[in-house]
Amino acid sequence: MEYFLSEKEKIVAETAREFAEKYIRPVRAEYDETGEFPWEILKKMGQADLCGIYIPEEYGGLGLGVFGLTLAVEEMSKVCGGITLAMAATALGTFPLILYGNKEQKEKYLPKIASGDMICAFGLTEANAGSDAGSIATRADKDGDYYVLNGTKTWITNGGVADLYTVIAVTDKSKGARGTTAFLVEKGTEGFSFGRKENKMGIRASSTTELVFENCRVHKSQILSREGMGFIVAMNTLCNSRPGVAAQALGIAAGALDEALKFSMERKQFGSPISSFQAIQHMLADMAMEVEAARAILYQTARTIDSKKQKNFSKESAMAKAFCSDVAMRTTVNAVQIFGGSGYMKDYPAEKMMRDAKITQIYEGTNQICRNEIALQLIKDVKGKK
Amino acid sequence: MNIVVCIKQVPANTHVKMDPVTHTLIRDRSGSTINPYDLHALETALQIRENYGGRVTAVTMGPPHASDILKTAVGMTVDDGILICGREFAGADTLATSYTISSAIKKVCPADLIICGKIAIDGDTAQVGPGISQWLGMSLVCNVIKIEKIEDKKIIVKRAVEGGNELVSVTLPAVITVDKSINVPRIESIKGRFKKCDFEPKTVNAEAIECDLTKIGLNGSPTSVFKVFIPERQKADHELIEGKNVAEKAQKVADFLFESKLIV
Ligand SMILES: Cc1cc2nc3c(=O)[nH]c(=O)nc-3n(C[C@H](O)[C@H](O)[C@H](O)COP(=O)(O)OP(=O)(O)OC[C@H]3O[C@@H](n4cnc5c(N)ncnc54)[C@H](O)[C@@H]3O)c2cc1C
Ligand SMILES: Cc1cc2nc3c(=O)[nH]c(=O)nc-3n(C[C@H](O)[C@H](O)[C@H](O)COP(=O)(O)OP(=O)(O)OC[C@H]3O[C@@H](n4cnc5c(N)ncnc54)[C@H](O)[C@@H]3O)c2cc1C
Repeated sequence: MEYFLSEKEKIVAETAREFAEKYIRPVRAEYDETGEFPWEILKKMGQADLCGIYIPEEYGGLGLGVFGLTLAVEEMSKVCGGITLAMAATALGTFPLILYGNKEQKEKYLPKIASGDMICAFGLTEANAGSDAGSIATRADKDGDYYVLNGTKTWITNGGVADLYTVIAVTDKSKGARGTTAFLVEKGTEGFSFGRKENKMGIRASSTTELVFENCRVHKSQILSREGMGFIVAMNTLCNSRPGVAAQALGIAAGALDEALKFSMERKQFGSPISSFQAIQHMLADMAMEVEAARAILYQTARTIDSKKQKNFSKESAMAKAFCSDVAMRTTVNAVQIFGGSGYMKDYPAEKMMRDAKITQIYEGTNQICRNEIALQLIKDVKGKK
Repeated sequence: MNIVVCIKQVPANTHVKMDPVTHTLIRDRSGSTINPYDLHALETALQIRENYGGRVTAVTMGPPHASDILKTAVGMTVDDGILICGREFAGADTLATSYTISSAIKKVCPADLIICGKIAIDGDTAQVGPGISQWLGMSLVCNVIKIEKIEDKKIIVKRAVEGGNELVSVTLPAVITVDKSINVPRIESIKGRFKKCDFEPKTVNAEAIECDLTKIGLNGSPTSVFKVFIPERQKADHELIEGKNVAEKAQKVADFLFESKLIV
């Protein structure tokens, strides 16, 4: 399918593809096995300018927006959705700064993020506040020019490895969601530590940890936007970052389709390649149709966001995320099926892709929550017209 | 610090054509690439720039389409690329090549550090780096596998020698040649790829680099290649080993190897 990429967009995709083939494919199984964080690869990613694609040019990035990010994450996730997440989750942690940071904050951090020298994370979820993010309990109590943070965030991607964290905390309990505030917290701040690293089903090269705040003092200059804007910062961040998850999912799906197609043409049973059996052909056809549909909805969503012509795109963003991740799950399950017994073995890439795909239906709003948002917006749209 | 990296265009595969008269390689554009060792030389320079600052210039001597490898270097983010190009340079041996390159460096891009690949995969002499150091009167360290430190106008490097490694400290300016084990070359970055789209190398000929015309090209080359040929393949006997199962076949192979004293 022709997506009319600009010359620059083509170069982004081509660079990401070459990068993944050269530096990720040879080691992806090893990182999956050990669960180590891919420091070396991330450094090379920075050198290749793959870390600052979505960051404005004035801050050292390429200024190619959500769509540029989408292209790179898709290409690299075709090879490994886990290693790529180190960069993609940095984007999640950086959107609050791009959307709500002031000039000083941006100048201080964005160039380092763009060059790959700084890793970021986004801390919203807590043990008792997952889908129900409004019920977070981490507190930030004002004390002069400082806020004192206390509480624990759970399952934070890039936890422990990131240098900068956007943390949503309660500054005024009486105001509910309007009483939350977004803080930029640097690693190394006194009173800020990390819980244990989680042992996960998939995306094992990604670090997931707790963020623990014990009387952690953060200066008021580290607030994003202003006090009380925490929930709005978080929700708009997710609207901008969900295409990143969708791109990860699409990449995993497309990678699984490639592998399954190749395998089906090589594997022979009953005297012919299994790709000659119609049952297999139909599976491949369904996978290809869904992958292409996923790509179409995602690319158009990303372009819509970048065009700045549509103010509210929470519906489109949730659609892209839920659709691409559902496609990723179905496609990888079918890829394992096409691989047969080999699909169940770690010697082949299909089982890892299936494990990696699952997370895309869960984080940055489960697909149930995404569907809630889509429906809510549909109803709002109708009411708005009346 | 000014770093110059010498890079060479080499045939990308083994299907090369030779000039029947001069016995030199006919270099065409399609099947050409950058000498693999020179990617490591470029990476070395870029890492030094990252750690100590400075400018990196890539230099090549070759036909006009050798600008392709300068574009690769620009993609990898070198600051500048210089093409030494002219009919007068054709047919150069290592003496003439190293003279020409050293003249260009002296005239166009004076260097504190010159980095070459250890060897070119076509000519295969490993003499150009050492030659440049002699023409310019600079210190030389070959087969470098690690840059340890640069300070006080000195560079400390690790080089591989038979049976071990040596730490060597030399005064700058100097020439080093690097082995592949020194690093993993980066790919061309996105900004580098944008930049190379409209990059034109600075092209210099013999006049521009003010060199002695008797020392360049075929005329300046004491080496002349008489004949280039592909050695005939030796015919070998073969025998198919039969057996009930793999173990039995393997045993027969092992017995044969021991009996013929091929392994002891
Ligand atoms: C590997 C990993 C990395 C993560 N990274 C981050 C991160 O970087 N930053 C961060 O802040 N968070 C992160 N999370 C947290 C993640 O966003 C949450 O796990 C997710 O939002 C779901 O919350 P929960 O796990 O508490 O599930 P719950 O909210 O308890 O949901 C359980 C089930 O109930 C369903 N459900 C809940 N409410 C509704 C409803 N109203 N309608 C229909 N169904 C509903 C859910 O869809 C789900 O199926 C990460 C999680 C994981 C596993
Ligand atoms: C089949 C064949 C046999 C040859 N035999 C001889 C011979 O016996 N004696 C002889 O003197 N010449 C010989 N030549 C010529 C020789 O290839 C050229 O002189 C060549 O320009 C330099 O030698 P090299 O390829 O061995 O390079 P090497 O010395 O092996 O290259 C080492 C490094 O020097 C640098 N370098 C080399 N050439 C260039 C260049 N053109 N531009 C920029 N940097 C460069 C690179 O950094 C490279 O990694 C032969 C050529 C061929 C094709």
